[in-house]
Parts: sequence; structure tokens; C-alpha cells
Amino acid sequence: MNKYDLIVIGGGPAGMAAALSAKKAGINDLLIVERDSVLGGILNQCIHNGFGLHTFKEELTGPEYAERYSDMVKQEEIPYELNTMVLSLEQTEDGLKAVTVISPKRGVQTLYAKAVILAMGCRERPRGALNIPGFRPQGVYTAGTAQKLVNLEGAKIGKQVVILGSGDIGLIMARRMTLEGAKVTAVAELMPYSSGLKRNIVQCLDDFGIPLLLSHTVVDIKGREKLEGVYIAKVDEKLRPIEGTEEYYPCDTLLLSCGLIPENELSLGAGIEIDPRTNGAFVDESLETNISGVFACGNVLHVHDLVDFVSEESSRAGASAAEYILSGDRQKGRVIDVNAGNGVRYTVPCRIDLNKTSELTHIRFRVTGVFKNTAIVVKSGDKELLRKRTQILVPSEMVDLLLKKEKLSEIDQSIDVYIEEVQK
Amino acid sequence: MYDVIIIGAGAVGCAAAMELSKYKLRICVIDKESDVCEGTSKANSAIVHAGFDAKPGTLKAELNVRGSKLMKKLSEKLDFAYKQNGAMVLCFDEADAGKLEELKQRASINGVEGVSIISGDEARKLEPSLSDEVKAALLANTSAIVCPFEMTLAFAENAYANGTEFRLSEKVSAISNKDGVFTVTTDKGELTAGIVINAAGVFADEIHSMVSAQPMKITPRRGEYMLMDKAAGSTVSRTIFQLPTKMGKGILVTPTVHGNLLAGPTAEDIDDKLDVATTRQGLDEVRAKGSLSVKNIPFNKVITGFSGLRAVGDTGDFIIRESDVKGFIDAAGIESPGLTSAPAIGEYLCEIVSGIIKLEKKDNYIDTRKGVVHFGTLTKEQQNELIAKDPSYGRIVCRCEGVTEGEILDAINRPLGARTLDGVKRRTRAGMGRCQAGFCSPTTMALIAQKLGISIADVRKTGAFDADRRQDDE
Repeated sequence: MNKYDLIVIGGGPAGMAAALSAKKAGINDLLIVERDSVLGGILNQCIHNGFGLHTFKEELTGPEYAERYSDMVKQEEIPYELNTMVLSLEQTEDGLKAVTVISPKRGVQTLYAKAVILAMGCRERPRGALNIPGFRPQGVYTAGTAQKLVNLEGAKIGKQVVILGSGDIGLIMARRMTLEGAKVTAVAELMPYSSGLKRNIVQCLDDFGIPLLLSHTVVDIKGREKLEGVYIAKVDEKLRPIEGTEEYYPCDTLLLSCGLIPENELSLGAGIEIDPRTNGAFVDESLETNISGVFACGNVLHVHDLVDFVSEESSRAGASAAEYILSGDRQKGRVIDVNAGNGVRYTVPCRIDLNKTSELTHIRFRVTGVFKNTAIVVKSGDKELLRKRTQILVPSEMVDLLLKKEKLSEIDQSIDVYIEEVQK
Repeated sequence: MYDVIIIGAGAVGCAAAMELSKYKLRICVIDKESDVCEGTSKANSAIVHAGFDAKPGTLKAELNVRGSKLMKKLSEKLDFAYKQNGAMVLCFDEADAGKLEELKQRASINGVEGVSIISGDEARKLEPSLSDEVKAALLANTSAIVCPFEMTLAFAENAYANGTEFRLSEKVSAISNKDGVFTVTTDKGELTAGIVINAAGVFADEIHSMVSAQPMKITPRRGEYMLMDKAAGSTVSRTIFQLPTKMGKGILVTPTVHGNLLAGPTAEDIDDKLDVATTRQGLDEVRAKGSLSVKNIPFNKVITGFSGLRAVGDTGDFIIRESDVKGFIDAAGIESPGLTSAPAIGEYLCEIVSGIIKLEKKDNYIDTRKGVVHFGTLTKEQQNELIAKDPSYGRIVCRCEGVTEGEILDAINRPLGARTLDGVKRRTRAGMGRCQAGFCSPTTMALIAQKLGISIADVRKTGAFDADRRQDDE
């Protein structure tokens, strides 16, 4: 009764896409476990549009995008359990995965599966982790928490807003708070470039005349019980606040959009190796972690900027899990590393099993800074596998490369991905 | 008319109320904050000091050692977290070895057992993360850690169960004394009592001066802390002190009773009794000095920083005595080791009261208290039993700390229940984890809003729901 072929942990966009793809590949005995009371994950609170341009070739809101997938899940009769949280993941001696869940219905119970897909998403970096000095008053929220309060609970949280960090949720919330009648006085960004998508800067800040202060940060928070204001200062090239540049911004709300962290406490407990660059699992090209039969996809693997990329990636994880279940743990072939070279912060995957590659192998990564007129190069020893000229590369936009199978069949040593200056 | 009014619902005020509630007395605790444990008691190192530090012959020494001896049993009876993890005082310079010896002698005079001096290598064997610079250390086995919120709440709830009245969100503005009766004027009215106990923490001098002409000055000494993720909790197993300086015990590094790692406090005398802000300099100091004791403290795992104010008196010792005004008792200058001493201070105050009026034991005194269930600490069988009885225990609200809806509802609905996000946090740990309430606060706010019959936007992080503010908005 408690045994499944596949358990998908998380019923957001990643989990749903993974489950659908596994089902399509012939896995009928599967279960999606979701801790919230509805499917859809964070999309439910993303009521703005801009979702689905790649997947559905049309512009949807977050809830609409989620609904497309949850409708498919229901149509395909994929079982899912809501209000159910996974407490631990372990391997049993006979190679099964023991998934201990808690829910009002089941109580605390251990379920078993041949394969597991991790799709738990990510969390926001809180104020404490940023070490912003000052008081700890009411009125300081991470942007996503504010988004949930405003969009799902209908709460008015403030009238005068400062935003620290220019991550996409922060930018979206700058517009949202403005539309709610609040005055957003500034968005301060520590880095000399925004960590949000260009289109969000244009549509959420520029269109509303909200200033983006690059190389600025909040250095003090005032107000004992309720937020009264913040000091914002310029930072030097080492990101240290420059004394004398502090300016006071009265506000009753400070939103933080300073980074997302894949939520891998469960994975760590299971012994899954985590890449310190992404805070997500090290995976191979099939999105399998170091524990065979455990796959990861979506924001729990690495933080995405587009849900369409999450869905695509997760479909691959679902297909890989299906193949694992149907044909057993395939014999490992030659495994080569994928190294992040100059200008490349990380790559997913970080290794490729040459026995398992499909027609096209995705390599996704983010760059370490802003690069203009450069080329992305993928090389294995002396063999150049791919070269792609680019006008501009920014850290906020994930790069997705495709390597053809025949290219990979030629190589026998590790792959380097790097950014190369191009002579004009 | 009350027999005793206690001003201040911190660890000391609540301990006094608990102790006095054993007797047939009408007792009332007043606090200007909306919850108990809102001042010094909530932001400190949470250490049950062994008692080797206090100068022999002082009240601090006597009450510290007594408090330390009472604490374990109290934690069992009143159901709050306590762990005897031991402590070390590190010496970095062979020239300072005499100071360790002095502490050891103090320990012996104060009656503290289990204290010895060990070499740097022996210290590193016990605590492998200690710095290579450690030359010697004092080892104190009876040192312990406690949850200061739970402890104070436990005292308060026990006092409440034994008939003590709590008037929260009520601020004392004046106290007058006529014919042996005190009239305590607050922003909500006037209360009378035969005895007033001043346990007002950093404000104890102001309360004192409402009654007594004798001078008293309390200086708020701010201490800044950094709290790290549970993933860093096993960096050290004991509380690691540095040899004390004039400004206090130096920066300590300690596991908390719930398994986080805590580093701090700084020591800075300030003027503003409300200034619990952290500063860049302060946090930098915690990082720098903490790193002298322990190698590779994972400061990248900091989940929050906070400040607390110690209530430093002007005598160098606790000021616990009936003042020049008969019936007005000060419990002032309760700086470190105040948290440890709190239960002993409660006893001591009770003794002072018994010298003023005759105390008669209650017949139906309740000496136990059951706290909010911490679901995560139960066995699987206990968990399932609880969920079968009440399915809300099957719904995790705070994913980082594994706190269920059942626990949050209990925290809100129990006597002296939580009315704010911080109130829920301190009773259940919901929001105390690595995401710092990012995910759980909307749900917790909804549960509080439902209880108070207010809108979710009116739920406060701390302080009282403020009807004026809502009117402003409308």
C-alpha cells in the first residue's frame, strides 16, 4: 500500500512537470507529495503575467500557468497528496527510498519508492543572513513573503516602501506595491548590476519611475517596534559601505530580494552531495544525484529565472526517473566532469555519463558578471564542441546550451565551459 | 487591593510571582509590553552559569550557585528546555594562567563542584574546534544552557495557574505610598497593594525613583549576538568563554539548547534603554573575538543577529532588598548571572516578603506546568497518537523547525497565550529557523488574526495590536 515506483517531492511547477513526464514514459504507480493545500507552489502568488512564453507560446499569469499543469495532472489521474510534508528521505538496504511524510490524514508514515524526484523549490535569503545592522521591527519582509501577504491574503502591508536587492521578486513587488497605492522610493542593489531580468527592470521600475540604486545597500534599520526608515549607503568595489554616503529613507516597509537558496535540508539528510556554488545537488546529465534513483529538478537544483526552463528541465528528470525505474540502474559508462571555467559560475550538470546521453544534452549555467561581445566556448581537451557568439551575458539570465550526441561521442576527457573575449 | 504587585514580567518578576503564588496572596504582575519575557530576559546568552565567576560573598555568587542548582529540577517540573553541557574558560596567554587559578578558587569558595584546570591540548581534545592559541582552560562541568523564553513563560504560566493576575500592555506611570498602601498608577487605571516589587529590568531605576528618594542608576549595557543555523550547532558542545575583562565575560561561543550556535555578546554601555539595535561594529566584533576562541566559526550560516540590554546597577552586585520605603522591594541591577539566578532571586524575594507580612502556604498549590508540545521531540508513536486526537498536529506550518499548526494553536490558546508573531515564535520556535519566518508567517498571522478577530494586516510582530493605527489607515 505504501510502495510506489516513483515519489515526486513537491507539487509546484517542477514536481508537476516531472510527474507528467514520468507518467508519459509509462510510470503509473507514482505519487506527488505537496506540503501546501493546493498544487502549483510559488506560482500561485505570482499573479503577474510573463509565464509560459516558451512552453505554451502565450503569456500567462503564474496561477494560470500552474493551472495548466494541475489540470494535466488531474487529467492524467496522477495521484497527489496535499498538506503533506516530507520529513526525511533515506535509502533502504534493498535499494528502495524511504520517504517519511506527515499529514493530518496519514499521520507520520514511511512510504517506499524505487525512485524519488526532488522538486522542493527554494527559499528566500532572510534579513538575518544578510547581517544588516539595526533594529528588528515589524515591516521588514522578504519580497516573496510580502507577495504572499498582498496577493493571497489581501493584506495591506505598507505605504512607503524601500526594496533591498533587485532580484525578480523584488522588482515584481516594486510594481505590485505601487499598484496597491504604496510609494516605492528606491530599489537598492549591492552589485553594480541587477540580479533581475531586464524586462522586469523596464516593466516594474522604469515604467513607474522607481529609481534603481546600483552599488548601494541598506546599512541601518530604524524603528523599535515598527519600521520608521532605513539608511542606504554606496558601496565600494569590494562591496563595503562607503562612509559619508549614507542617506535616510523614511519607510514603513522594507522588502528584501537578496537571493534565493535551494531548499536542500532534506537532501542533505539523505546524504546527497550539494554543490556549494548552487546550493543544489551535484547531478549528471540525466539530473540524477550521487544517490542512484534520486533525481533533482527546478529551483531545488539551481535557481531559475524562467518557469518555462523549470518545466523543461523537470520533464527531463521525470523521463530519467522513468527510465531508471523501467530498465533498472544502467551500467555507468565513462563519466566526464563538466568544469566551469572563466566567467562561468557553475554548470548543471557537473558531470556527464557518456553511456546515458540522449540526442541533445543540456548544459545550463550562469555567468559571474556582465560580459559584452564575448563567445561561450565548450571544449574538451583540444576539441571545441561548441562556440556561440553573444552580445551580452548577465548573471540574472540563465544560459542554456545544447550539445549534440555525436559531439560528445568524440571526446574522452573533461569538458570546460568558459567565456572568451572576442576581438571586434 | 493586592497583597503584592510585581512590576516587570521578565525572568525575575515571573520567578518572584511563581514563588509567592505558593502562598495565600493576591498577586499581580504588570508589564508595559504585550507579552512576558520582552526585555533583558529574551535577549541574552541563555547560559546557566556554574558560579565560578561571581565574587565570593556577593549576592551574585550566592544566588548564581543556588539558581544553578535549582534549574535542572525546575526544568523537569515546569517543562522547559535545559541541558547541562559544561563550559570552558579559555586562556590565551601563559601569563594569565593565574587568572584561571583565581577562578578555580572562587569556584571552590562559592561551592561550585566539578571545576578543574586543563591544558590547551586537553581542551582541544574535548573541543576539537578550539583555537591552537588556547594555552589552558578552566573546565566547569555544571554549566548548562536553557531556553530563556520557555523558562520565563514556564514561571509565568505556573504563577498564573496558581492565581497570579497578569496585566500586560500596561505601563506604570507613578507610585504613591500612603499609610502603608501603595497606589500604582498606570495608563489603564490605579491599583493598590501592600507590597510592591520592582523587577523592571533596565527601567528599575525609574520605578525605584517613583517611590524612593535614594539614588539608583541602571545603565543599559548592550550586547550584540549572532545566531547560526542548526547545521553549525555542533561546532562546539560546551559553552566557550574567554577570560573575563572589566567589561564582562568577553565573547562566548555556545550551542543553544535547541541546537543552534550562538556567538556574542559585545558589551557597550549606552544611554537609550530602548536601543536594541545591532551595529556593524558590534557584529564585526562578535566575529573577530569569537574567532579567537573557535576556529572556522561558520559565520556564513548566520540566520539572525540581535541585541540585548543588561541592566547594570551602580553597586557591582544585584540590588535585592526592601528599600528605604517600607514594603517597596527592589530587585534591580540584575545583570549576568541574572537568568541563572532568577529562581533563587524569586526565593530570596519571597523571604523578604515573609519578613513584612506573614505568609501562609496554599493547600492547592500546583507545582508543575506543561509547556507547548514540541512535536519534533516526540517519538513517532506519540506523534501519531497526537495527530489521531488532533489532526492539526499533522500539518507542518514552520518547515525549518518542524512546528505544527497544533503547537501554534496551543501557543495562542493557552493561558497567557501568544498575541504576536514573536510571541508564537518564542513559545513554539515557529519562525526561529533558517528562513526566519519567510514561509510560516502568513499562516501564523492568519491563525493569530482568527483568534483576535482582527485582519491579518493588523497582526503585529511584537507589541500590542494597535487600534489607533488602524483608524489612521481608514
